[in-house]
Amino acid sequence: MKANKIPIGPFHPLLEEAEYFELTVDGETVVDIDMEIGWMHRGHEYISEMKTFTQSIYLVERICGICSTSHPLACVHAIEDIDNIEIPLRARYIRTLVGELERIHSHLLWIGLAGHFIGYDTLWMWAWKYREPVLEMFEIISGNRNHYGMMRVGGVAKDVDPEKITELYKHLDMIDKKMVMVAKVVRDDPVLKSRLKGVGVLTHEAAVAYCAVGPTSRASGVPWDVRRDEPTDAYDLVDFEVIVLPNGDVYDKAVVRVLEIIESGKIIRQCLEKLKTVQGPIINNVKEISPGEGIGRYEAPRGEVFHYIRSDGTNRPIRHKVRAPSYVNIPTFTASCKGIPIADALITLASVDPCYCCTERSIKIIDQKHGHQQIDLLKSSREKTERIRREIHGN
Amino acid sequence: MIAWILFHLFVFPGMLFTGILGLLIGWFDRKLSARFQFRKGPPLFQNFNDFFKLLGKETIIVKEAVKSVFIIAPLAAFAVLTLISTIIGLALFYQRGFGGDIIVVMYLTMTFSVMVILGGSATGNVFSSIGAGREMKLLLADELAFIIILLVPIIKSGYQIRFDQIIAVQQASGPFIGSASGIIAFIIGMLCIQAKMTLAPFHIPEAETEIVEGPFMEYSGPLLAFWKLNHYMMYVIFPFLLILLFWGGFQFQGIGILWAVLKYVLIVTVMIIIKNTNPRIRIDTALNFFWRYASPVAFIGVILAVLGV
Repeated sequence: MKANKIPIGPFHPLLEEAEYFELTVDGETVVDIDMEIGWMHRGHEYISEMKTFTQSIYLVERICGICSTSHPLACVHAIEDIDNIEIPLRARYIRTLVGELERIHSHLLWIGLAGHFIGYDTLWMWAWKYREPVLEMFEIISGNRNHYGMMRVGGVAKDVDPEKITELYKHLDMIDKKMVMVAKVVRDDPVLKSRLKGVGVLTHEAAVAYCAVGPTSRASGVPWDVRRDEPTDAYDLVDFEVIVLPNGDVYDKAVVRVLEIIESGKIIRQCLEKLKTVQGPIINNVKEISPGEGIGRYEAPRGEVFHYIRSDGTNRPIRHKVRAPSYVNIPTFTASCKGIPIADALITLASVDPCYCCTERSIKIIDQKHGHQQIDLLKSSREKTERIRREIHGN
Repeated sequence: MIAWILFHLFVFPGMLFTGILGLLIGWFDRKLSARFQFRKGPPLFQNFNDFFKLLGKETIIVKEAVKSVFIIAPLAAFAVLTLISTIIGLALFYQRGFGGDIIVVMYLTMTFSVMVILGGSATGNVFSSIGAGREMKLLLADELAFIIILLVPIIKSGYQIRFDQIIAVQQASGPFIGSASGIIAFIIGMLCIQAKMTLAPFHIPEAETEIVEGPFMEYSGPLLAFWKLNHYMMYVIFPFLLILLFWGGFQFQGIGILWAVLKYVLIVTVMIIIKNTNPRIRIDTALNFFWRYASPVAFIGVILAVLGV
């Protein structure tokens, strides 16, 4: 049979965002996969260099609607790293609390989507229904359901009052029960197990070679978690386990996420307990940032997110670099998707929980008329500038 | 006589009756599925609105498509389903048979799948052709089990292949579902129907998140409306067929009407429950399931039927 090329994207029901994958298939078997990123490029790094430090935190919050704590958190870590700014203890607990809540809602969102991708719409709707109390908790804490605006350089924006804590406990009890149920569904459902077990295996070697991060690597037996290994905020003050599973298939990725939700629940309980007793300010007012450079890292739900910021002593960053976890997780498809049926390949594409908006820091420009690429255009632009300069100055 | 035949074919129990009942039961499916998923579900006449809206839309024919096959496939499939519904309906509502009923119905149901395959492969779209290929594999998977279970009522009714006689035997000596072979055949029949209607877990050919509705991807406007109608008509045809073959048909005196409705709704409800509690399986798993498990079990049913159990 002739090898066919199947286009997945730029717009496809499998992808929430615009992205392009080209599967070369022989019958139903995928023999090759090619990917093209850059459809969602929005020039965030460049815009960030036009903004003040405070504004760029709001900006990076909008890189991704799901990781809307991870990016600002990594960003403030980077800015604080420049001047080694101290963060009040209470603020550290609040940051951890918000970050872990985000992990729960992101993982639940993924479980729902994964259900939808394998044609299990009931699981999809149920997972998203149980995600709702998490969003309500966000509303209690910050007043917003999706973009929280909690992070500030040196602390957090809003305090968590005692009456809020009792409300949060109520919601948490509700979520905990449901999470145990979802975990039971994912781990014990025989149909789900037979559908996902052994599908799209990313071996330990491949995970290391591709530098995969987050649940994608932890499901392949790479025990790396920024929260534990390089703790920031209150992660060194709370107890939690890093879930590592050995097989690297889609099923393990799902189980890692489900168990992480339960661990996050534990962390949130510890944070709330501490917030009852730990008093003090929630923000250390920072007047100015001195020249220098800093890096910030945070274990986002999808893996390690990395921000680099360079300051020249003014109130805006002169360079802001973002590396989102999906940027390293997406290329693992070349290792995990070859030689498996289309039906399996597509759930494997979804299994790393790719977030394309986060990923796209680069763009490929092609002049359609002449076929020039970006580098040619840059070159001709420089030549033109040079020519005009010579015409004006005459040498 | 001709007028009666035309009436049966176009009004009751053929086209109009099956179409309307199908769209209504389609609403029941959508509503019940929605309640399963904590959603509200559509209003009662949503399916009719969808159908008539699609009829008024433009039909876009792809440049690479084989135009005649592309257009004929949904209409021929509709004609096939109308015929099946007339044959089954006449047996159920008028106790009338033609001669080779079971064999005709068997062939016509297969013809419907062939139409889906033709329509899908006529579009020239890579997703559609994969969908058509999957439909073909699924047909190969479920057809054997389906044919084997059709043997059970034939054997149990004393080697009759007329629907009216099968019903008559059941009404005289109790429905076949009461016997061991009957219940086995009925359960396997439910699974075959699930595959023939491409409902979960067998919605492999039109997997939305993989191949974007597969064979129906390039269809739009009235032609798509007919594919949708065909799908909902099958919600009438296959449960009716099961009731006819295994559950003693319908009696329309007194409490019998309620019992008839209950039988039908019960079968549809079981189908919807299966649909909503299963993920989509792979095509090789489906083949494996039908050839390795369902067909042998159905065959055991046939042996039991021969033994008279």
